[in-house]
Amino acid sequence: MVHSIMCCCGSGLGSSMLVRMNVEKALKKLGASGISVSHSSLSDAAEGAADLFVVGKDLANFVKELPRVIILDNIMDKAELETKLKAEIEKE
Amino acid sequence: MDFIINILSTPAILVGFISLFGLLLQKKPAEDVVKGTVKTIVGFLVLTAGSSFLQTGSLNDFGTIFNYAFNMQGVVPNNEAIVSLGLKEFAQDTAYIMCLGMIANIVLARFSRLNYIFLTGHHTLYMACMIAVILNVGNLSGPLLWIGGGLMLGLIMVISPALCQPTMEKITGTSELGFGHFGGSGYWFSAQIGKLFKGKSKSTEEVNFPQRISFLRDTTVAIGLTMVIFFIIVTFVAVVVRDGMSDPTIAAFFQGETNTHWLVWAITKGFSFSGGVYIILSGVRLIIGEIVPAFRGIAEKLVPNAKPAIDCPVIFPYAPNAVLIGFLTSFVGGILGLFILGAINKALIPVALILPGVIPHFFCGASAGVFANAEGGLKGCLAGSFLHGLLITFLPAICMPVMGSLNFANCTFSDADFSILGIILGNITKFIKDGGLFGVCIVLFLLPIIFNIVAPKKQVQ
Repeated sequence: MVHSIMCCCGSGLGSSMLVRMNVEKALKKLGASGISVSHSSLSDAAEGAADLFVVGKDLANFVKELPRVIILDNIMDKAELETKLKAEIEKE
Repeated sequence: MDFIINILSTPAILVGFISLFGLLLQKKPAEDVVKGTVKTIVGFLVLTAGSSFLQTGSLNDFGTIFNYAFNMQGVVPNNEAIVSLGLKEFAQDTAYIMCLGMIANIVLARFSRLNYIFLTGHHTLYMACMIAVILNVGNLSGPLLWIGGGLMLGLIMVISPALCQPTMEKITGTSELGFGHFGGSGYWFSAQIGKLFKGKSKSTEEVNFPQRISFLRDTTVAIGLTMVIFFIIVTFVAVVVRDGMSDPTIAAFFQGETNTHWLVWAITKGFSFSGGVYIILSGVRLIIGEIVPAFRGIAEKLVPNAKPAIDCPVIFPYAPNAVLIGFLTSFVGGILGLFILGAINKALIPVALILPGVIPHFFCGASAGVFANAEGGLKGCLAGSFLHGLLITFLPAICMPVMGSLNFANCTFSDADFSILGIILGNITKFIKDGGLFGVCIVLFLLPIIFNIVAPKKQVQ
């Protein structure tokens, strides 16, 4: 089960926060509740910090060691996020 | 009454209130309101703690030892560091300006043709702080400072994305997204340079470029490594070349219960700088994490068709090679710029030495690279980001003298828009002060709205 999602970017201030807002909206749309969403810098992206990590394609290298990640081709594309998020949540 | 004034002049609680209003306006459930308000207040206190750690941990020592080594003022361009200094004196003003600036942004998006909503909240906060410092030099304080500053902040929040929009549309292929990053004028400049190479070169994405250097995207690592290098160079010159051990102030750095080797000292201090910035960033993240979603929610209701202007990494996936080439050439420009400033300092007039900060060169240089590549391919990218690197080295040096009480700090704002607005406003304050300056702020703010009403609209083909 996914209980927590962390969105990451370089300094964890701007784009990761927008992705966080999009994730929250997408979760609502998918009817998934009880999942906490946060955003932070790449320095904080470590195993255990969250169940699932969301980053843009350009940062894929940073999260390749982590167990569950969503890599977004376009970080502002809500449709792409929704599809990938749905697939991850329904995994189990 | 005293109690209310006291609350409204306690910055941490004041930003908590801004967040509280935002959450209430969105009609969030009570527990979310409480959670958000508390996080904002704690965020501000974390920021303050980071600020004092940064100063006592490394920034002050860096200034002292740099001055001893080179007999000049060495300046690290780092937004977090300078804002943490500025907030010491101007926290309350910054909070009000930030709040009014976001309202002014919505007004401009609604009533002018610059219909952008600037969502990069940390830059809004930093810009609010800079405007507070500079307008204060022009004798504005209290409500006049807050309103005048808020109007200027709202104005730059729509002008910066507007400058970037033509190239932004070429990069993303859509007109729905704006670019919200206060390096906007630098990216515009870089794109214009890129245009000189239009059609003369292939895209950066058609060449092979090693991606390994992208580990510097991690801010903590990037700042840590560069500051260690700066500290080692400066300490080496101070201790070994200029015999700093004979100077009591310098020698005191290395004497504690046991003596520290200067190299170990330099490495620790360099990483401490990064640690300080890490704490400040965590604080900023907590502060804006509640305010920006509220701002966005309210703006979407009031100006539904406005374009959201988004932080710079949004364009990085479109051209990963341009990101790295832009960073490297901008950084080279920064190093060259440093030597040029050094020469100017020796031969002509005293100027501050702006060190090549890896964060501005990474985020701004990378964005400049992507912008220039979209207009002029690989050659455009090389030329555009190199000149951009020089630009963001010279602009802060020109801006330093008008920075009022932050003039002699060892750090300064890095991105282009901060310096440009600083230079413009700072020079206006030299001639116009008090009420006149307030008037200038109002007129500048109204210009795009009046233009929208008076000038004929372009016919849509």
